[in-house]
Amino acid sequence: MSRQVELKNHQREIFNFRLRLFIGIGFALLLLGILLARFVYLQAMRHDYYQTLAEKNRISIMPIVPNRGLILDRNGVVLAHNFSGYTLEITPSKVKNLQATIDDLATLVDIQPRDRKRFKKLQAESHDFETLMIRSRLSDEEVARFAAQQYRFPGVEIKARLFREYPYSEKTAHLLGYIGRINQTDEDRLEENDSLANYRGTDYIGKTGLEQYYENELHGTTGIEQVEVDSAGRAVRILSRTPPVSGNTLILSIDAKLQDIAEQAFGDYRGALVAIDPANGEVLAFVSRPGYDPSLFVDGIDADSWKALNESPDHPLNNRALRGQYPSGSTIKPFMALAGLFYNIRSPSQAIGDPGYYTLSGSSHQYRDWKKGGHGTVDMFKSIVISCDTYYYGLAVEMGIDNIYNFLSRFGFGKKTGIDLEGETSGLLPSQEWKQKRFKQKWYTGDTVSVGIGQGYSLVTPLQLAAATATLANDGIGYRPHLVREVKNSVSNEIRKLENKPAFDIKLDPAHLDLVKRAMAAVTQPGGTAAQASAGAPYLIAGKTGTAQVVGMKQGEKYDASKIDERHRDHAWFISFAPADKPRIAVVVLAENGGHGGGTAAPIARKVMDYYLLGKVPTPVGVAAAPVAAIQAASGVPEVEAEHD
Amino acid sequence: MTRRQIWQRIIAHLDLPLLAGMGMLMAASLLTLYSASDHNFDRVLAQGANILVALCCLWVVANLPLHYLMRTAVPIYVLGMLLLIGVALFGEISHGARRWLNVGVATIQPSELMKIGVPLMMAWYFEKHEAALTIKNYIVAALLLLLPVALIARQPDLGTALLISASGFYVLFLAGLSWRVMGGLFVAGIASAPLMWSMMHDYQRHRIEMLFDPSQDALGKGYHTIQGMIAVGSGGILGKGYLNGTQTHLDFLPERTTDFIFAVYSEEFGLVGNLILLALYAFVISRGFVITANASTYFTRLMAGSITLTFVTYAFVNMGMVSGILPIVGVPLPLVSYGGTSMLTLLLGFGMLMSIQTHKKLVKS
Repeated sequence: MSRQVELKNHQREIFNFRLRLFIGIGFALLLLGILLARFVYLQAMRHDYYQTLAEKNRISIMPIVPNRGLILDRNGVVLAHNFSGYTLEITPSKVKNLQATIDDLATLVDIQPRDRKRFKKLQAESHDFETLMIRSRLSDEEVARFAAQQYRFPGVEIKARLFREYPYSEKTAHLLGYIGRINQTDEDRLEENDSLANYRGTDYIGKTGLEQYYENELHGTTGIEQVEVDSAGRAVRILSRTPPVSGNTLILSIDAKLQDIAEQAFGDYRGALVAIDPANGEVLAFVSRPGYDPSLFVDGIDADSWKALNESPDHPLNNRALRGQYPSGSTIKPFMALAGLFYNIRSPSQAIGDPGYYTLSGSSHQYRDWKKGGHGTVDMFKSIVISCDTYYYGLAVEMGIDNIYNFLSRFGFGKKTGIDLEGETSGLLPSQEWKQKRFKQKWYTGDTVSVGIGQGYSLVTPLQLAAATATLANDGIGYRPHLVREVKNSVSNEIRKLENKPAFDIKLDPAHLDLVKRAMAAVTQPGGTAAQASAGAPYLIAGKTGTAQVVGMKQGEKYDASKIDERHRDHAWFISFAPADKPRIAVVVLAENGGHGGGTAAPIARKVMDYYLLGKVPTPVGVAAAPVAAIQAASGVPEVEAEHD
Repeated sequence: MTRRQIWQRIIAHLDLPLLAGMGMLMAASLLTLYSASDHNFDRVLAQGANILVALCCLWVVANLPLHYLMRTAVPIYVLGMLLLIGVALFGEISHGARRWLNVGVATIQPSELMKIGVPLMMAWYFEKHEAALTIKNYIVAALLLLLPVALIARQPDLGTALLISASGFYVLFLAGLSWRVMGGLFVAGIASAPLMWSMMHDYQRHRIEMLFDPSQDALGKGYHTIQGMIAVGSGGILGKGYLNGTQTHLDFLPERTTDFIFAVYSEEFGLVGNLILLALYAFVISRGFVITANASTYFTRLMAGSITLTFVTYAFVNMGMVSGILPIVGVPLPLVSYGGTSMLTLLLGFGMLMSIQTHKKLVKS
């Protein structure tokens, strides 16, 4: 390329660029011109119109917050409702000296250090122009005292608000959850669903439990009020009003009385209980112990209370029924027996000789039975009644992990049940694939042995075990467990039943079912592991005890509850349904560190069944609720032999 | 060195007319902020600090010779892309979108970096291939633009994606993208509008419908539009006077220190005030165009032109949104709205303009 051409190109390029630049300048002028025209239009031509809107009629569009829907139990007992009360609120941006103002206010109304801390926390979470609560539930006298002095406190006002109340407090905390102030995360979610506008004016939203899951039903539709306000911003005249629509009422399948009895039956034990109607998956009681006071959260929890709850060794905030994952222990045996029959690994009459331990061929490692010396000759029926470990070690190995996985997953193990609560955990049903993914290791036969008695890698949630037990009781036809039965429309009072169709059918052989159910019924009869707890019951309970190890034991070591730290003691399980021939209720109980399923967990289930089937209310101080050691001392027999499995 | 020499050294690479225009807009910012924040002097001080920090950065950038500036293009762009990918994979969700990346010490918003990174990279690319530009180069440049824009639009942050698209388009336009291609794109855009409409989320359609009839969503975003128009319109010719804006002080206006600060200004200073503000913007913009016209290299011409045109666009979008002719997108009023990040991004851009203006004598061969 000659220098001449290059120069020429350069000049043409400059010319082109200049041309484009002029077009750009023209574009900029056009944009500024549009703005100018718009300003002239709004501020000169339409000024009177907007002046009227702004000055003479200052129209403010106010949201009217709807009443939150009620939550009732299956018999109409109120579990969550609203009551109106007065709150004292401060808008930080309108207050000159916040600290001095609060100190001043404290001379008129009672303001505790707790209130101040909570206010500080609220302030940190919100914008300064938002109105924040310093005190809730003012007494009439406090309202009057403040009203007389209000002129001294610009930016401070009294508001009438609806409060959420949970009459059963901590007994339903894990079930209902609670509402709390809308935070950034909630706001983001609302914006995503395009429902932020419907929450204008609303301060609270369901945070956990049913309050969260059914937020859309409970919240209702916000009304709009167009009001004329004076120069101070006070409403002087209502121009138009679209009334709010209250949230719908939830009618649960829970029986509040049953829930109450179950709670009390636990005494001092931590744990969980889930009771299900096997015929339709309705959850009748849903307990996680200990609970917590949900009202702490409604007003915004203060740091100290939060710390106390969060750091408590009892973990009251943990929803054990929904999220607690434990080894199932021997409660898995009836399901394993069904699997053995299904895959034709064992016939009902086929018996093994139990020397008290199991060894894999080519290994000297002894997998011990809970009973030293073994149970002698054991067939399938007996293996369930006396909870023989050796039987199931062998059965599991012969069946293989793939079959175990396939069969147990049909009962819902290792999967979420799909109950109407957020945050469910799925437990763990181990498989070859899982182990490869999790540990990058192949599956060993030794891993299968402990899966046979519900130890090893396998984990279940109380809810999962309850759903599986209900499915077993219902001859293999399973339902998704659910807590809400009906939704009552707040306007039309129409009741919408939440249809619950069978979710799956594990096509089980009636003969297999019959054997396993009969064996489970024998568990509660003399000679079975839960004989004591069902003594004297006018109906037949089918059940299975279980013990979940909290800490592992060395080869040859003997379990001795008295020598072990209380929180390292075994967890006690009991799964059951009754009446055994025509089940109306399935109950699963987990008593943390309770030791033996028969001694601790079964009596709790018995009380629940007594009330549900007979209407019997237990005497206030439950006998079986006393720690296991007390029973042992009272009965004077070495319970370890009879009840440990 | 005498004091005079030191002073000379400090201002050597600053463009004083541009600085004066910016300074007046910033003064308007502090003034309006005091009113918008209900006489909260802390807010004003905080904005003052934002301005000081941003001015220091501006000074540093203005003193960088052009070849340094060019050398930053690729690293900034690559860093920005990595961060955007990081956001897509591990970003924090806030305000319904995944825009922030937590890097341990702080959370950062990489899309903000790309407001400069994208035009810088494109201008650098065109400069590299200046000798013989073919259609292929335009396609590559367009890809350099579309990749980050797609990532940002996915966050979703449609407002920022559109603004970065605009700044990238300005580079393409100034680099001489053929009229035929632009015409084709325009026609294709119009033709695909019905298709886009059918692919949009309900809430996105809702936002567009609302623009034509804000009363449809009187509790949501339409409320902001209505209140913005009332504040501007009721200001009239002379305004209600400083600190006397009723709409402002009766809590009708949302985000009145940030995105809606123009409504406060407009209500209190009226049409006259708006004319002054437009004149200040016009002054800054015209200075930008002068620098662009005088720029000595291909790279600097493209960069200066894009920065200036982008600035115009920001101002237009914000004031258009507040006065109800554009949908509500989160775009601050440049140099006036409260906020440290946008101030910094803008002043980095202006720093480049000043560098372009004051270093050109050295580059000229």
